[in-house]
Amino acid sequence: MVLTLIGISIIIFVLLRLMPGNIADIMFDSAGFVDPAEKAQIEKELGLDLPIPVQYYHWIKGLLVWDLGFSFVSEMPAVDELGPRIPITAKLAALALGFSVLFGLPLGVICAVKQDTGLDYTLRVISLSGLSLPSFWLALLILMFCVTYFGDIPIYMDPPENLWDELLLYSIPAAAVGFRSSALIMRLTRSSMLEVMRQDYIRTARSKGASENSINYHHALKNAVLPVTTIIGIEAAFLIGGLIITETVFNIPGVAHFLVEAILMRDYPIVQNLVMLIALVTVLINFAVDLLYAVLDPRIKYAD
Amino acid sequence: MQRKLFTIASAVSMVGLMLSAEAAMAQKNGGVLKAYHRGTPPSGSIHEEATNSTVAPYMGVFNNLIMYDQAKAVESLDTIVPDLATKWSWNGDKTKLTFNLRKGVTFHDGKPFTAKDVVCTWNLVKGVGKAKLRKNPRKSWYKNLDKVTADNDYQATFHLKRKQPAFVALLAGGYSPVYPCHVSPKKMRTHPIGTGPFKFVSLKQNEHVKFVKNQNYWKKGLPHLDGINWTIIKSRSTRVLAFVAGKFDFTFNVDVTIPLLKDVKAQAPHAICELVTTNVSFNLIVNQFKPPFDNAKIRKAMVMTMDRKAFIDILSEGQNVQGGAMMPPPSGVWGMPPEFLKTVAGYSSDVAGNRAKARKIMESLGYGPDNKLKVKVSTRNIAVYRDPAVILIDHMKEIYIDATLDTVETSNWHAKVARKDYMVGLNLTGIGVDDPDANFYENYSCGSQRNYTGYCKPEMEALFEKQSMMEDQAARKKLVWEIDKKLQEDAARPMIMHGKAAQCWQPYVKGFVTHVNSIYNNWRMEDVWLDK
Repeated sequence: MVLTLIGISIIIFVLLRLMPGNIADIMFDSAGFVDPAEKAQIEKELGLDLPIPVQYYHWIKGLLVWDLGFSFVSEMPAVDELGPRIPITAKLAALALGFSVLFGLPLGVICAVKQDTGLDYTLRVISLSGLSLPSFWLALLILMFCVTYFGDIPIYMDPPENLWDELLLYSIPAAAVGFRSSALIMRLTRSSMLEVMRQDYIRTARSKGASENSINYHHALKNAVLPVTTIIGIEAAFLIGGLIITETVFNIPGVAHFLVEAILMRDYPIVQNLVMLIALVTVLINFAVDLLYAVLDPRIKYAD
Repeated sequence: MQRKLFTIASAVSMVGLMLSAEAAMAQKNGGVLKAYHRGTPPSGSIHEEATNSTVAPYMGVFNNLIMYDQAKAVESLDTIVPDLATKWSWNGDKTKLTFNLRKGVTFHDGKPFTAKDVVCTWNLVKGVGKAKLRKNPRKSWYKNLDKVTADNDYQATFHLKRKQPAFVALLAGGYSPVYPCHVSPKKMRTHPIGTGPFKFVSLKQNEHVKFVKNQNYWKKGLPHLDGINWTIIKSRSTRVLAFVAGKFDFTFNVDVTIPLLKDVKAQAPHAICELVTTNVSFNLIVNQFKPPFDNAKIRKAMVMTMDRKAFIDILSEGQNVQGGAMMPPPSGVWGMPPEFLKTVAGYSSDVAGNRAKARKIMESLGYGPDNKLKVKVSTRNIAVYRDPAVILIDHMKEIYIDATLDTVETSNWHAKVARKDYMVGLNLTGIGVDDPDANFYENYSCGSQRNYTGYCKPEMEALFEKQSMMEDQAARKKLVWEIDKKLQEDAARPMIMHGKAAQCWQPYVKGFVTHVNSIYNNWRMEDVWLDK
């Protein structure tokens, strides 16, 4: 895991610096010109004139003592910029994931159990639309709908005052971004369930007189959920991609939208620290999914 | 006939009465103005930026020595009013401009304002002295400024190298605030301090910029507002919808485009929206250092193939306006009038005739249907730049120029232009102050950092100087037209059109006047109040 993170840190660091233009170019953009001498001075101030390995060494050295450096744009400590934004995105991601599992899993089971019925077809059409609709478009439609029919717009204006306000504020964007994941989970659960339900042990359970509920939820779902768990793990990592657009459209001040802005501004300290954090979270989610396999499937055993 | 005249006179007097009634309406104090901003301002230091992203929210933090009357829509030398200076006067040969300064004014941190602060501010802009600006976009404005001296605590004198009657125009714009001596340029970027009606509170990237009323403002009774909150919303759809839903009192500086204006009017018919000329022009930059564009004939042919009306009809539903370097009348004070504009090569309405002449020029240089000139048209990768570039490419095809679009990531645009790493580019240029001294020296003068094409002609420099020294403003205007004509025919930076956009606010927002010949100078906001 440590080796993976070191590899990722090198890739992020080098790739960022291979991108054309740096913060000095961007600063001059708002001034409408570039003065080479003034630009060189800014690069010197920010340490961008140092060789890349030296800059990397400074970054890693800082990381080890929790010194993330300063944002090039706001000239504030990167910790202060990232700190308040991370919980916002984490809550939004958790709600979106919760939404997708809460709807995707049971509806997938229902589709499989009621295969080829009207309900199955309807849910499959809805799930297909979930996969086809880009989340930014869906988000904009939601906003337009709210403005037209309710005369209000559910966007972030001020920090929510209590948990209920927070839940209300984030539930619509979470649903917008979770819709796609729920559709994916639903379709995967359905096909996985159908495959399992054709297995011999299901037939055996049925011949032994087990109830339909026991067959579906105790025998079938328990085995069908393994591939779904993998997808949920992957989706959790991919959520950040969906959240970038959703945070932008709903004006939510989370890290996903902030990351894109930081990339556009070539705000290296923000981007490299944030991408490292995302990498760390992804690695941890994968690790958790691996552990979950052993819990869900007793046949899987990890060596001591 | 008499009845008609009587009806008109009655209507005029009714309008007059209504206007005076509104003026007489007692302004209410209190309330926080909720406005939206299109993106995080690059910094709070107005002297370091050349964007309304900074000027619009931060102008209220500062005062100038003099400023354009915030209540008058057209800015000119006649609409300049005192600000931190109580009066100003020229010496006999008009090379010394002395300002008498207001006493008892303090900065937001309680330190007194004196003539030393005036000296420090223009030393910063001149680039002399210890403290340095990180970026200095308006150095070229002050080419003629020799030095600024503090005669005593409350009198400062600007010493010019030569006569420049319109120098005051530069000092009256939003880009000319007075900075405190005792605050470093770095702090001014992150936590600006001024003497203005609003104090800076906080800036949070992608979230908000907040200002609160300066309780010790030297203009008694002002500002009316308790504060201004600019919420930063990057998505234009979201922010306009939020305005329609009533979440905001005020849109960002001319943020509502012509197509969007229709939506706003339909969905929020109560909102007040004013479509104004922005003094932001769409223009062509041709790299005169890169063959074959060092040949003036090719540049002239390119100018002649442009169908400006087509640009205006396609991109702005016929609303944008044609003009030269200076914004055309009636909004612009110095632009060429329509009848004069028609005499400029490439501006006649006979597009087919212009193109036939342009093709002849290209043929004389060896180009033709079988030997087309291959060109890349570079521009920022955002719609407002990209769309006219595509039309331009189409127009160039008419004269054997086979152009392709080269979109540049927006953050790399000026770096690329500064490196002269382009052949032909499509650019947008905003003019801070509608005066030839600002525009010519910034965009067309030899050595100016914002003269992107590198256009430099000694005879034009002489003309720039001649108009700059003229006292008779009517005669100066005639000369400016001639200069503008030459600039267009030389293809120094051929103008395609001057843009228009709308500013909207809720009906209870009072006291805000849109200016029609610059978007950078009417953001003091001290007279704005909420009728709630």
